[in-house]
Amino acid sequence: MSDFTMPSLGADMDSGTIVEWLVKPGDHVQRGAPMAVVDTDKAAVEIETFQSGVVGDLLVEPGQRVDVGTPLATMLAAGEAPSAAPVSVGKAKRPRARRVPPPREAAAPVPPAVPREAEVAAAAPPAPSPPLRHHAAELGVDLASVTGTGTHGRITRRDVDAAAHRPRVSPYARRLAEELGVDLAAVTGTGTSGTVRAEDVRAAAHARPEVPPVSTEAPRSDRATIAALMSRSKREIPHYYVATTVDMHTVVSWLRDTNRDRSVAERIVPAAALLRAVALAARRMPQLNGFWVDGVFVPGEDVHVGVAISVRRGALVAPALRHAADLELPVLMQALRDLVGRARSGRLTRAELADPTLTVTDLGDQGVEEVFGVIQPPQVALVGIGRLVERPWAVDGLLGVRPLVRLSLSGDHRATDGYTGARFLATIDDLLQHPEAL
Amino acid sequence: MTPDQARSLVSKQIRFIVPDADLDGLPPDADLRRTLELDSLDFLEFVERLSKDAGVRIDEDDYPSLATMESCQAFLAARTAASD
Repeated sequence: MSDFTMPSLGADMDSGTIVEWLVKPGDHVQRGAPMAVVDTDKAAVEIETFQSGVVGDLLVEPGQRVDVGTPLATMLAAGEAPSAAPVSVGKAKRPRARRVPPPREAAAPVPPAVPREAEVAAAAPPAPSPPLRHHAAELGVDLASVTGTGTHGRITRRDVDAAAHRPRVSPYARRLAEELGVDLAAVTGTGTSGTVRAEDVRAAAHARPEVPPVSTEAPRSDRATIAALMSRSKREIPHYYVATTVDMHTVVSWLRDTNRDRSVAERIVPAAALLRAVALAARRMPQLNGFWVDGVFVPGEDVHVGVAISVRRGALVAPALRHAADLELPVLMQALRDLVGRARSGRLTRAELADPTLTVTDLGDQGVEEVFGVIQPPQVALVGIGRLVERPWAVDGLLGVRPLVRLSLSGDHRATDGYTGARFLATIDDLLQHPEAL
Repeated sequence: MTPDQARSLVSKQIRFIVPDADLDGLPPDADLRRTLELDSLDFLEFVERLSKDAGVRIDEDDYPSLATMESCQAFLAARTAASD
């Protein structure tokens, strides 16, 4: 038996709240399967298991905030007998979460017998399929509480629909309800087809005569998380800064021409072309793509470009556009829309939050022409993109009006020098002058 | 399309992107992107939804016509009249 523990989803995370379990005791899970949804201070993230096996007990209830490293569930290797004690669903049998994670248990013993997967699979009802889990998540149904009526106790779509006596709840409203201690079952939704919205939750909270404390430990605010990370960055990282102006005429004209043949949904915005150029430049210059760990530079395994996204609650999150240098521009554009959409309303994956190798902050849409960002440790570089502006610009000895953008690079001087940063920006500029190759 | 119909159509798309947007207090000539802090991806989504819902084609060259509530109303009135 081994433990499934709260993972660290970034350098700045030291605890997280289980929002929802995606598995139940007895479920057969493969390595990489999503186990639970965790709310960090920045986003809701699906966390996956690194071990195939059977889910034992769930040790932490939804809503509980625990430190990184705290066991969340026990995992049995395939063929291993489940504990004799009755399986408790959602009720923590262990003492409630402590501030200090318990010491790591010894490595899981290897089961002596040959795994009898077939027997285990036959004994436990088959795990709900991913589409069904998705359906259940959409309806806000906890699969652990659904009784399956299909073959071998399998949960069917109808079972999920039947369990969905609760109206739909927007993710934000759900979180708010959790924070305010509002029972969602008692809230009347005013949104489309009875969807419970944030206002409904607030109204319900105001209507209550008294507000009982939800949690004894107040969650750290988004601001505090950012404050801690940025202080660490400025304390530890000797930043250097370089900047340049890029003539966007060629790429903007090319996008305008190619976008004419695209449906609105497929159109590509200049921000995507800039990200693509950054990703390609990072592949060419790996010394800016990676991490500073224990006094040495460790290159990133691939180019995962972190994209700083302001989430509507006022928080900031920088999930990765993974393998960005391998994404053709139209694919990257869709990946970007998907990532931004999920960061704001849905879910990010553990990998997206944990492993950006270089971050880009684009403040152009906020009206500033130039931004010099603070590096996200342990990364070693941050690219700043300003607003696309039309300005007089000399081309071949003639003055014209051109769309321009200011690009900056904040570099970690321990890892690279300004010379490298300057070459990096020149590479991006060069790539943007040949948009058909992006 | 009447100005009122256009207004409610535009408001519907904006609410989808910015659920808590205060559209009643929005002056008709206020810049939508700046006032509502829409980035280029938000704006693209706005255009996509508006185009689908109103059943009109919207090109990038039309984007300046979608700057304010007032200009959106004028654009939709002209575009739907043209396709009738």
